This record gives sequence, C-alpha cells and structure tokens, in this order.
Amino acid sequence: MECQECQERPATLHFTQVMNGTKKEVHVCEVCAKEKGYMTYPEEGYSLHNLLTDLFNFESVPLGNTNGDTFRQTKELQCPQCKMTFTEFKRIGKFGCATCYHTFSDRLDPVFRRVHSGNTKHHGKIPTRKGGDLHAKKQVESLKTELKNLIENEAFEKAATVRDQIKEIEKQMRGDDA
Amino acid sequence: MTLQQFMNEAISPWMREDGPDSDIVLSSRIRLARNFAEASFPLIAKQEVLEEIKVFFQKEYEHQSFQDYQDFAFVPIRGLSPVEKRVLVEKHLISPHLAKHAESAATLISENEQVSVMINEEDHIRIQMYFPGFQLNKALKKAFEFDDWLEEKVNYAFDETRGYLTSCPTNVGTGMRASVMMHLPALAITGQLNRMIPAINQLGLVVRGIYGEGSEAVGNVFQISNQITLGKSEEDIVEDLQSVVKQLIEHERKARSRLVDQSGTQLEDRIYRSYGVLEYSRIIESMEAAKCLSNVRLGIDLGIIKNVSRHILNELMILTQPGFLQQYAKKTLTANERDVLRASLIRERLQLEK
Repeated sequence: MECQECQERPATLHFTQVMNGTKKEVHVCEVCAKEKGYMTYPEEGYSLHNLLTDLFNFESVPLGNTNGDTFRQTKELQCPQCKMTFTEFKRIGKFGCATCYHTFSDRLDPVFRRVHSGNTKHHGKIPTRKGGDLHAKKQVESLKTELKNLIENEAFEKAATVRDQIKEIEKQMRGDDA
Repeated sequence: MTLQQFMNEAISPWMREDGPDSDIVLSSRIRLARNFAEASFPLIAKQEVLEEIKVFFQKEYEHQSFQDYQDFAFVPIRGLSPVEKRVLVEKHLISPHLAKHAESAATLISENEQVSVMINEEDHIRIQMYFPGFQLNKALKKAFEFDDWLEEKVNYAFDETRGYLTSCPTNVGTGMRASVMMHLPALAITGQLNRMIPAINQLGLVVRGIYGEGSEAVGNVFQISNQITLGKSEEDIVEDLQSVVKQLIEHERKARSRLVDQSGTQLEDRIYRSYGVLEYSRIIESMEAAKCLSNVRLGIDLGIIKNVSRHILNELMILTQPGFLQQYAKKTLTANERDVLRASLIRERLQLEK
C-alpha cells in the first residue's frame, strides 16, 4: 500500500483516527507520519542504549524503613581504579574499567540476568596465558562427563584410561598449588 | 600494502571466493571484544593511555603476519579524510563508532582484509574475522587462533566467573558476536520473514538490516547475530545461530521455488524490469539501486539471468555507497551528483559482463 501523503513510499503505519465523531483510516509512511505529526519522537529516537540504561534502573528505593534514618548517608559505591560510581554506571550503562566488575560485583547479577537471559556466569573460552588452573579445571570437567558417558556405555577399559587422566591432572594441579 | 590500495580495491579479496551456500549466505563474521587488564576502557580512559595502546599495536603488529593473514596495515583513523573513513565503514572494516571517535582510534587490517582489529573502539580491542558464504565454524576457529596470537603479548581483562570483561554489559563473557549476512528476497517478498523474526528473537538471536543497529533491510540483505554473550560457550552460540541459518536457507530455497512455480512470469517480469533499470537508468537513488540489485541477483541465482556474475550484488552494494562513489569521483558530491554517478557506475559494471 502506498503512503497517502507522499504517494511514493510504502505505508508502514496504519491506524484509525477519530475526529469530531468521524472515523478516518490513515495509511502513511514513517517519514510523512513524522512530518505531519502523526507520530512524535523524543529527541533522537529510542536507542538500544536508552533501553539498556532503563533496564539497569531496577533498584527501587526501599520504602517504609526510613523512620529516623532519613538523614543517614548511604555510602556510594565507587571503583577505586577508575573512580566510576555505581550511579554513574547505571546512568551510562557502561563499565569504566575491569576493576568495576569487582567493585560492583554484588549488584551485577540482576543486570546480567536481564541482558543475558538469566545467565550470570561465563562458560566459554579461557585465555591461554592467564587461564592457568582454569584450563585444568575445565579439562577435568569435560573428562568427567566423558567418563560418565563411557561408564554408561560400559566401555570400562576406555573409562579406566580417562580416570587415570583425571587423576594425573588433579595431581598436577595440587602440585602447582604446593 | 598502502591505504590507497585498500581504497582502490573496493572488494575485499576474500569476497571474491565462493563459500558454501553462497547463493543465500553472503558472509560469516566473528567479532571478539577484548580489553587490556590494566587500562581503563576507552570511554573514560585518559588520552595518554589510549595513545600508549595505539603505539603498542603499531610497534608490535604493523607489517606482521599470522597464518593466512599477511602484512598487517596499521591505519590511524585520525589521519583519514571523511571519505576515506566512510569507505572503511562501507567495507565493514571499521565500525561507524570507530570512525567517529577518531582521536586515538586505529585499525589493523590484514592484506586480504579477512581479519581486522579495531583499536580503542568501545573496547580496547575488537577482532573481526570474515569468511565468504556460510562458514561460521571455520571463522570461529580462526578467530580463536588469532585471539591466542594477540594474547601472547596482551594481558587480557578476564575474570573467572564473568569471563572476558567488556565496557558494555551486553558483551561480557565471551565478548563474541557471531553474525551472518543473508540475501533473503523470496522470504521478504512473500512476507514470511516478518512472521519468522519473533521466533528467531526468542532464541536469543537478532535479525536486522545490513548496516547494523536500527537500519532497515536494504536490498533484502539481513544480518542475523547472537544477542547473548554470557553463560553459553562460543561453540554453543555458533551452533544455535547455525541451526537457525540452516532453516532460513531451507525456507528461502522453498520460497524461491514456490515463487517460480506459482508466479513465474510475474517473477521474471520483476527481475527483468530491475535489470532494465540498472542497465539503462541515468539517475538512481541508493534504495532503488539496492532493490534492483537484489532482484537481479535473485534472477542470477534462479538461472533466469545468465552470463552475469553472482558477485555483482556484493560488489555493487558496496561500490554504490556514498563513500565509494566519492572515492571514485575523487571529490565530494551532492546527493544528486551521487545518483547520476551511481547510475553510470552500474551501467559500466554491467557492460564489463558482456
């Protein structure tokens, strides 16, 4: 369907207008809708960024429990590294540095849960250099799953080798700790 | 390799190769976001810190090579003209964000342009790996190897529970955005895609137009990517994306053959009209050009138009962007001048096919 205003672009907004008791069908494109004032936009449209910062503003001020405590100053959480405060983080929706993650750690789970469909823990790649123990831990984890499968399938010989592998890695990890 | 060569070579060398399912999937991309552990993120970091990072990359990686990715060009964004910046954006080698925050931003680009590193974008490091056609697994494997190579010299910001730490909470964890660019004319024409998008979104994947966030689908080219980066492994994320892409490919193929069966003549008419417009018009706007190019490409894929290379869509989609047109004209152009030049460039390109 063509836009009824410009007759050029396809109409993407369809609605019924009721004015002085008469109904009128309106079919316009976004450009004309904006021009003719059918639609109002805030300054620059609602960006992903706005959406995010809105998502972070979840912390409701605790009501009720204010008797006598009204003037108590709650200390603002601030990152010792980059000086970003938690309020600032909520406003701009971005972290200032890696240390922010530790500083705000206790308050981040709800943020991540919202953005990442309920997830709060990383389950992916680990840096080769930095990972150290993590690699061994991850390897043990996947070997244990393999071991379970092998036992279920009664492949005991193979299972024994995998078990020995796990023991070996765990021994090494303990050795590293010592 | 100089910048001039980048610009002259409008089409990245990797784009010339045909990948699997390249009648529908134009390209596969893996992007990894990484940061230095010690420095504040670019958003609030001091100028000196960012400058130091930039210098580090130039010193360590300029003219270096890694596997198939030879002779890295180090390009500071500050030194580029507006047109040059735009060209890099249109080639998807840098993001609009990087072009805008030019002060301490830079990019590292391999000779074949398959891998590029954006320096001091929203994160200190953003690795981009491209493959032609549908090759997400291969792209992921190569991106990982490249990531390990960078890590030999960079102390990444990483946390045991949160994973790779990024400036924006939407990237934390894997820091990975996997995406495919798909040409889906039949699903778009028949309106099926709009019905499929909500289901795709529910799987934690996003469908958007070719130039990323908020852009509408120009020329029926869509980008599909993962939204979630925390809690799933990179392999699992890629697998989820892959299974959706496979289904989309199947649906698109079915929709195409149904179109041919049910409205063969109308379809042929639509394709040839577009071909006519591209071949004879003297003034053409970018939207119209994109629409016609999509139709002609569909015609080529269906065997209706013969003797025209399939790469023409990818190639002209990029070449007819404002940045490239001005690069070609070697001066800034008004919108009208661009429409005239666009038409003549398309005519010339089609002449080459004969």
